[in-house]
Amino acid sequence: MTTTDPRPTSEPTDARPARRGTGTRGTRVVGIAAIIAMVWLVAFGLGFSPEDRDQRESVRLLYVHVPTIWLAYLAFVVTAIGSGMYLFTKKKSLGWDRLAGASAEIGTVFVAVTLVVGALWGRLTWGVFWQWDARLTTTALLFVTYVGYLAVRRLGGTHEQRARRSSVIGLIAVLEIPLVHWSVRLWRSLHQEATVLDTDGDVDMDGLMLFSLFVGVIAFSLLYVWLVMHRTRAMAMEDLLDDHGLDEALAARRAEDDTLSATPEPAVDPKGAS
Amino acid sequence: MEDAGFIIGGYVLTFATVALMAWRYVRSGRKLGERVPDEEKYWL
Repeated sequence: MTTTDPRPTSEPTDARPARRGTGTRGTRVVGIAAIIAMVWLVAFGLGFSPEDRDQRESVRLLYVHVPTIWLAYLAFVVTAIGSGMYLFTKKKSLGWDRLAGASAEIGTVFVAVTLVVGALWGRLTWGVFWQWDARLTTTALLFVTYVGYLAVRRLGGTHEQRARRSSVIGLIAVLEIPLVHWSVRLWRSLHQEATVLDTDGDVDMDGLMLFSLFVGVIAFSLLYVWLVMHRTRAMAMEDLLDDHGLDEALAARRAEDDTLSATPEPAVDPKGAS
Repeated sequence: MEDAGFIIGGYVLTFATVALMAWRYVRSGRKLGERVPDEEKYWL
């Protein structure tokens, strides 16, 4: 069977295939699974789940509030693992640093979402958007710490310098997570204690409520995996283009120097100078 | 549903953030992908 080129012959033919982005079959599978889980979350969170005896309808906000902070915790733990792997392995692969950076970026956005959704929940439950309560304050501190981490990543220097600096911060910053989690027990707090992951192992939730929360955690975990896959790949390309840009600039500079040294200087006539 | 504005607002804010992040990441991936040869992309 023969095929014909549908393009007119006057048009320039470019046989090079279009270059591809960060998507693969893996990201598509994870992305579709995340979308399905999100649809389930909305259906259960806003529809099928019953209202709470004490919190009434405001409990529905917890089906996004808890999974978003779960995503942030997960992201920051991965940042710490990536940082540790960069610092303490012989190979010092920048891939670990990029994983740490991508993960911190995603986690920081979702801490911000947690704080805003939590403020809406607080307004319905406590009557105020914000209180300088131990849990709220430590979460805000966590957000500021990771904004600082991302700022440090943007300081100048080589990729290796960036990786070294940020890895140290990534390993220290993760220590805030237990502080945030246990803040409700360490200090007298307005925020409720953990309902699922508490110390006595009891789950004080209705079955459908627990299922809605579970769907939320699965949905946001899948979303995290999808986002981090895309972002680490984009960061790898950014680093590559950075290196190429530097190489090209150096080559251009060398070529300029060679041209200048090869060009004979024009003879200067002292009398002719005005 | 009582306080529907706050609850739906919370969901809208969350999913709008998710959509915006997803769109930005895919778009930046495509733009960067145009400038980098496929041989350099370890995921392909």
